[in-house]
Amino acid sequence: MQRPKNWLPGLLMVLPSIILVGIFVYYLIAQNIWTSLNVATRRVVVGGKFEERSIHEGGYRNYTELLGSADYQHALWNLLVLTVVFVVGTMIMGLLWSILLEKGVRGEGVFRSIYLFPMAVSFIAAGVVWRWLLSPAKGEGAAIGLNQLFVKLGLDGLQSSWWSADSRWNMAAMALPAIWQLSGYIMALFLAGFRGIGEDQREAARIDGASEWQVYRHVLFPQLSPIALSALIIVGHMSMKMFDLIYAIAGPNSYTASVPATLMWTQLFAQRDPVAAAVNATIILVIVAVVVVPYLWYTNRTERERG
Amino acid sequence: MRTSTTRSAALLAVAALGLSACATGGDSGGSGDAGAGDASSSETNSAEAYEPKEGGAGGEVGVFTWWADGSEKKGLDALTAEFEKQYPNDSFVNLAVAGGAGSNAKAKLASDLENDNPPGSFQGHAGAELTDYIAADQIEPVNDVMAALGGSDVFPQDLLDRLTVEGDIYSIPSNIHRANVVWANPKVLKEAGINEPPADMEAWLADMEKVKESGVKTPLHIGGTWTQVQLFETVLLSDLGPESYNGLFDGSTKWDSEGVKTAVSHYKELLGYANTASDGDDWPPSIDAVYKGDAAYNVMGDWAVAQFTENDATEGEDYTYFPVPGTDGVFDFLADSFTLPKGADNPDGSKDWLMTVGSAEGQLAFNKAKGSIPARTDVAADEFPEYQQSAMEDFQSDTIVSSIAHGAAVPLAWLTDVSSAVAKFYSAQDEEAMVSDLTSAAEKHGQ
Repeated sequence: MQRPKNWLPGLLMVLPSIILVGIFVYYLIAQNIWTSLNVATRRVVVGGKFEERSIHEGGYRNYTELLGSADYQHALWNLLVLTVVFVVGTMIMGLLWSILLEKGVRGEGVFRSIYLFPMAVSFIAAGVVWRWLLSPAKGEGAAIGLNQLFVKLGLDGLQSSWWSADSRWNMAAMALPAIWQLSGYIMALFLAGFRGIGEDQREAARIDGASEWQVYRHVLFPQLSPIALSALIIVGHMSMKMFDLIYAIAGPNSYTASVPATLMWTQLFAQRDPVAAAVNATIILVIVAVVVVPYLWYTNRTERERG
Repeated sequence: MRTSTTRSAALLAVAALGLSACATGGDSGGSGDAGAGDASSSETNSAEAYEPKEGGAGGEVGVFTWWADGSEKKGLDALTAEFEKQYPNDSFVNLAVAGGAGSNAKAKLASDLENDNPPGSFQGHAGAELTDYIAADQIEPVNDVMAALGGSDVFPQDLLDRLTVEGDIYSIPSNIHRANVVWANPKVLKEAGINEPPADMEAWLADMEKVKESGVKTPLHIGGTWTQVQLFETVLLSDLGPESYNGLFDGSTKWDSEGVKTAVSHYKELLGYANTASDGDDWPPSIDAVYKGDAAYNVMGDWAVAQFTENDATEGEDYTYFPVPGTDGVFDFLADSFTLPKGADNPDGSKDWLMTVGSAEGQLAFNKAKGSIPARTDVAADEFPEYQQSAMEDFQSDTIVSSIAHGAAVPLAWLTDVSSAVAKFYSAQDEEAMVSDLTSAAEKHGQ
C-alpha cells in the first residue's frame, strides 16, 4: 500500500479490458442464465382472437423440459458423434501428415502449404462446396458430388447418403469437411512440436539401439503430449460450437443434422422462444466448460510447477 | 429524439393533410375510392379511409423483403417504379435480404423488430405467420389504408378474413400463389401411356408405377424439407378434402384421425417414387429435372412457371400442369402482404407504400413480373400470360384453403415442429411416429 505506483499503472492498463470482458462476457453469461430460468408466456392468435399462453414454467423445469425433449436428445447425440469423429479424425490425419513431413520430404514447404490451405477457407464457403460433394443422390445419372465420382470409378458400392442417411451415425459424414479443414492446423502444431525436439535426442536413442518406432514411442511422443492436449481442446471446443458449417451444408433449420448450436438458431428465430434458446446456450456453455476448465486448471498447475 | 420530432411533424402533416383533402376533394393516387365509404365489412373495425398527400408524404420508406433476385426482384422493381410514379415525393429504400424463402431475412427482421429498429414496411406471408408479429405487438392495424383501397369491394372476403384479428386488418396483400399444383413432363407421361391427369391419390400412385416401368427411375422429384412439407400438405388436402383440412387448424379435425393416417401412408408411397434429397436442397433443380425428363412430376407452387420460362420451355409441349390429384376445385393459397411496423420512422410514407401495393396498377405491374396473381379481384386478366389467367379464374371459383408450408395456415413455431416431423419421416419412414409428432405439435400450438 505504501508504494501504489508499483501496481497502479499496471491495473490502469488492464482496467479497460477487465471492464469490457466483465460486461460483454460475464455479465452477458449471467443475463443469459437469468433468462433461461424465466417463466415465459406468449400471446398467440387462436381462431382470430388473442390468447395468453404459458410456454415455460420457469426455474430448473426449463432445463428438464429441454433435456427431456426427443429433439434435443437427438441434437446432443448428433453432437457427440460429430465431436468424436471430428476430433479423432483430425488428430490422426494431423499426426500422420506431420510425421511424413518431419521425415524430411522433398518440397516440404509446398506440402505444408497445401495441407494448411483448407484452413484459410471459411466454413461457409467450404460448406457450399461440401453440400454438393455430400449430396445423397445415388446411381448413374442421378448422383452428383462424391457419389458421382464413385460411380465413374466403378466403385458403386461406396456410394452413401452421407449426412442425410437414416442412421444414428449420420453425423460422422458431417465431420468429413471439418476434418478436411482442420487437419492441416493440427499438422502444423505437431510439426512445430517435432521441430522443437533436438536431433541429438534421436541420435542418442538410436545409438542405444532403439528402433525407429521406439524412438517415436519413447522419445518423441511423450514430449508432444502437451501439444496433443492443446490440439484436442482446440478442436474439441470448436466442434461443440460448430454452427456455420452445418448451416451451410444442411441449410437452416435442418432436423437431420441438428446439433445444439443450430437448434439454438431455430429456437430463437423460427420458434421465437428466447427462453428455450437461453437454456440451450447455457447447456452448451456447460458442455464446453466441462472440457476446457480442467485443461486450464491443468496448464496453470504445470506452469506453476515449472515456474 | 429524432424519431419523436419527426413523428410529431408527421402528425401535424397528417392533420393539415386531412383539412386540405376535405377542401380539395382529395386525390388518392390511382386507387379507386368509390367504395371507400362502405368498404369496411361487417366484421372489420371501421376506420377513416387514409388520404395520401398529393405526391406522397415525403421522406424515405425502407421496405424489407426477401425478393433479391430472379422473378421476385423483377416484381419488386416493377412495384417500386409504380410507387415512384404514384408518390414522387417519397424515396424508396430497398432493404432486401437474400436467401431462399426468407430464411435469412426473417432472422434479420426478428432482431431489427426486437431492437426497436423497424423498417418502413416489411413483407410477410399473409395468414397465421403474420399473427406472430401481431401478437407480439410489432405491427399496427391498417384499417384506414384498407378502407381507402376499397376493402372487400376489391379484395376477396375469404382473404380479408385471414388477415383480420379481432376486427383489425394488419396487412395489405400484394400477390397470391397457389401451392397445390403438379408440374409434369408430357413427353415422359406419353411414353408411359398416361394421357389423363389422375383423379385421386391412388390413381396418381398407379401412374407413378407406369412411369417407373417406362424407365424413369424417379417419377416424382422433391427438394429440401419445405418442399416435402408442401407435398405432404397437398396429400393431406387430397385425402381429407378442404373442410376437414381446414379443421386441422381449429381443432375440429384431429391429427391422429383416419384421414391423416391415410394421407401419411400415401405420402410414404409417394416418397418411394421420389429421388433422394437432402434437407437443404432448393426447388429449381426439381423443375429442371421435370423439364429434362429425369422425373415426370413435381409438386411446387406456381412460381415454378418462372423457372420453366428461364429454360425456354413451352407450355403444353415441354411442361404441363394440373391440381394435385384429388384437389381439383381447391385453391391451396399463400399470399405475400405488407405491413406497417409499430414505431416506423415515417408512417405516412409507409402507408403510401401500402397504397401502391394495394392499388390495381401496383398489383398489375408487380404480379406480371413476378408470375403470381393479384390479390385484388378487379385487375384485368387479359394482361397476364396463360397460366396466370387460369389461376386467376380458379382463385375466383375454387374453395380457398391455406398452405402449411408457407405460413398461411400455421404460425412459424408450429410450422417448425411440422417440418421436423416431416424431415424425421423422410429418413425414418415411421408412420406412427409421424402421426404422433404431428399430433403433439398441434396440441402444443393449436387450440
